[in-house]
Amino acid sequence: MEHKSKYPVSHVVGFLFSLILTFVAVFVALKMNVSYTIVMWIIGSLAIIQAGLQLFMFMHVTEGEDGKTNVINMAYAVFVAIVIVAGSIWVLTSGHAAH
Amino acid sequence: MGIKWNEMLVGGDPLLVGSQIAIVLTVVAIVVGLTYFKKWGWLWREWLTTVDHKKIGIMYILSGVLMFFRGGMDGLLMKAQTARPEMSFLDAQHYNEIFTTHGVIMILFMAMPFLIGLMNVVVPLQIGARDVAFPQLNALSFWLFFSGAMLFNISFVVGGSPDAGWTSYFPLAGKEFSPGIGNNYYAIALQIAGLGTLMTGINFIVTILKMRAPGMTLMKMPMFTWTTFITSIIIVAAFPIFTVALALMTFDRLYGTHFFTLSSGGSDMLWANLFWLWGHPEVYIVILPAFGIFSEVIATFSRKTLFGYTSMVISIVGIAFLSMIVWVHHFYTMDAGPAVNSFFSITTMLIAVPTGVKIFNWLFTMRKGRIQFTTAMLWALAFVPNFVIGGVTGVMLAMAAADFQYHNTLFLVAHFHYVLIPGVVFAVFAGLYYWWPKMFGFMLNEKLGKYHFWLFTIGFNVTFMPMFFLGLKGAVRRAYTYSAESGFAPLFLVSAIGSIILAVGFAVFCYNIYWSFRYAKRNVSHDPWDARTLEWMTASPVQFYNFAVVPEVKQLDAFWHMKKRGEKLTLKESDIKKIHMPSNSGLPFYMAVVFGITGFFLVFEAHIAAAVAAIGIVVGLIIRSFDYNDGYYVSVDEIKETERTWRTVEGGTENHVG
Repeated sequence: MEHKSKYPVSHVVGFLFSLILTFVAVFVALKMNVSYTIVMWIIGSLAIIQAGLQLFMFMHVTEGEDGKTNVINMAYAVFVAIVIVAGSIWVLTSGHAAH
Repeated sequence: MGIKWNEMLVGGDPLLVGSQIAIVLTVVAIVVGLTYFKKWGWLWREWLTTVDHKKIGIMYILSGVLMFFRGGMDGLLMKAQTARPEMSFLDAQHYNEIFTTHGVIMILFMAMPFLIGLMNVVVPLQIGARDVAFPQLNALSFWLFFSGAMLFNISFVVGGSPDAGWTSYFPLAGKEFSPGIGNNYYAIALQIAGLGTLMTGINFIVTILKMRAPGMTLMKMPMFTWTTFITSIIIVAAFPIFTVALALMTFDRLYGTHFFTLSSGGSDMLWANLFWLWGHPEVYIVILPAFGIFSEVIATFSRKTLFGYTSMVISIVGIAFLSMIVWVHHFYTMDAGPAVNSFFSITTMLIAVPTGVKIFNWLFTMRKGRIQFTTAMLWALAFVPNFVIGGVTGVMLAMAAADFQYHNTLFLVAHFHYVLIPGVVFAVFAGLYYWWPKMFGFMLNEKLGKYHFWLFTIGFNVTFMPMFFLGLKGAVRRAYTYSAESGFAPLFLVSAIGSIILAVGFAVFCYNIYWSFRYAKRNVSHDPWDARTLEWMTASPVQFYNFAVVPEVKQLDAFWHMKKRGEKLTLKESDIKKIHMPSNSGLPFYMAVVFGITGFFLVFEAHIAAAVAAIGIVVGLIIRSFDYNDGYYVSVDEIKETERTWRTVEGGTENHVG
């Protein structure tokens, strides 16, 4: 992003936001008195926000000559994430395994 | 701290005490030998600090041979114990430790370094590069792998081996049921070695994408480079899962968390799920480079270009994709219900399709070819039928309903040995016989190679074929003994005899290395097999900068067509320019040492000592951040000098001597 600037502003901002989002998640999970489902939804949403934030602040998503490489990389990342997260949830909550 | 220092060395068993004495004597012999022959400086300059991909590859391969020996000894001990019913050679605990270390060492510390070693030596040469993209990172990969492997290997004499199987399933592997430190070795040592593997994956993706010789498009890459590329992508997808799973295991065992425990909301099957999310792609991480090796060997010795190149590439990509979505077939019996088990049955059976395409492509490559029965080619020929047996039994196991019968029997054990030994071990041997002259400048003895081949192949079949039938009769895996009434005794005895033949075959291989180092003739040409790809274009052994002038690629099998056209083989001295090369660095070796020390303290749950040692890791990272050494230039004169040592006077190359 700030290519010319000597001071890595976007990295510092991204780092601070990541810390804030993480501590909010910790606070929600440990201190807030709401149901388990709500906690899961809140920290899940915070995780996705943080992933998006890091994509822009650290992962050079706006750089590069063409968008092709980024599209391939993101499709790859989304595929891996869906397989691991959705796959694990599906497998571990189905059939006898869930009981 | 909680270390009982007086109980640190495992004692009592004569086998273990014997090993301890042997280890001490070996270490003393190495230290004395290096000092006596004044080789410490040579060792440091030429090997410990090297960033040369060829030397790193050779170190990987050497580690692979050593670990093959270690894992093979474990296998022989198991076979000795089960040779007769009710044997009391090993007790149950010792047997548990041995099948655990056998599995971990054979997959992670034998198959992986053998293949990564060959990748290191060959891939930069095949694409016409001077080194990998990140040479120092490559050295760090090797040294982290080596550090992890050594940490794991000392477990059996220092503190006790892990004993929960190579899959280390919870709840057994948890602190509740395995309170000793043995399983800490599993969590920590594999973590350190896994870091190295992940870095290798990244390194090779960048190398293959960015450093190919001019003219080499993706679809003109040699098949081994293609398989290495796809393997690297699977490594990057799968190894982080293992990293996280091992970290959670470490937290559970060392710091009392409850990710995988039975109590406090943990899920033991979450471990199995994460382990196989990594573990199944891992199988393809070791099999795909092996497929690449067979492709090169079969094309070279059939004197034909590889049949169905495009379909080969599509098949590898298809296998890579499917490898990520089949993991549940390792635990159908958890019973995640008909929907899950059916889905994973179908994806698993689908893998047979691209694999079948590849098998037929190899057969069609050989069809009407002028086949030369070299040792490397024999391994490739034996691979086809043996691997098909492994593959077909794999489709049997893929059917979830049928798997409930086969699960945890020796049928499964026989199946995966029929996949991994012909698939990986045969490939590694084929690759070693094939590329040995490129690495060392002399060939392995072909006659001894054929003894090695026949003993090993026959021994392999005699060892593992009976295990299919034992499994169908109901013999379970990981059982240290069985009763005489079970009727298993004759087949177990046959299997044990087979394992001795197998071991003799391996011994012949080791002797072949020794014999060839001492007596093999040294004037082999740079292209002894009349081969097809760029690595054969340069000297044997390869000069440290690989190519005096980077070749230009026009089509697949570039070197073969250059020979046909008789072009580009002569080197015009006016074309030589100075070459930029990376400098050696001691930092990777240093990192391996501090990682090893930190890991050792963590294994013994000495948290403060581990934290202090971990400062050393951070110091290494800081030193690296301020390292501005950009390498050095090789002068034109030095290149000319080096090239003259292997080229003829006119600058051409010698004909091959066969």
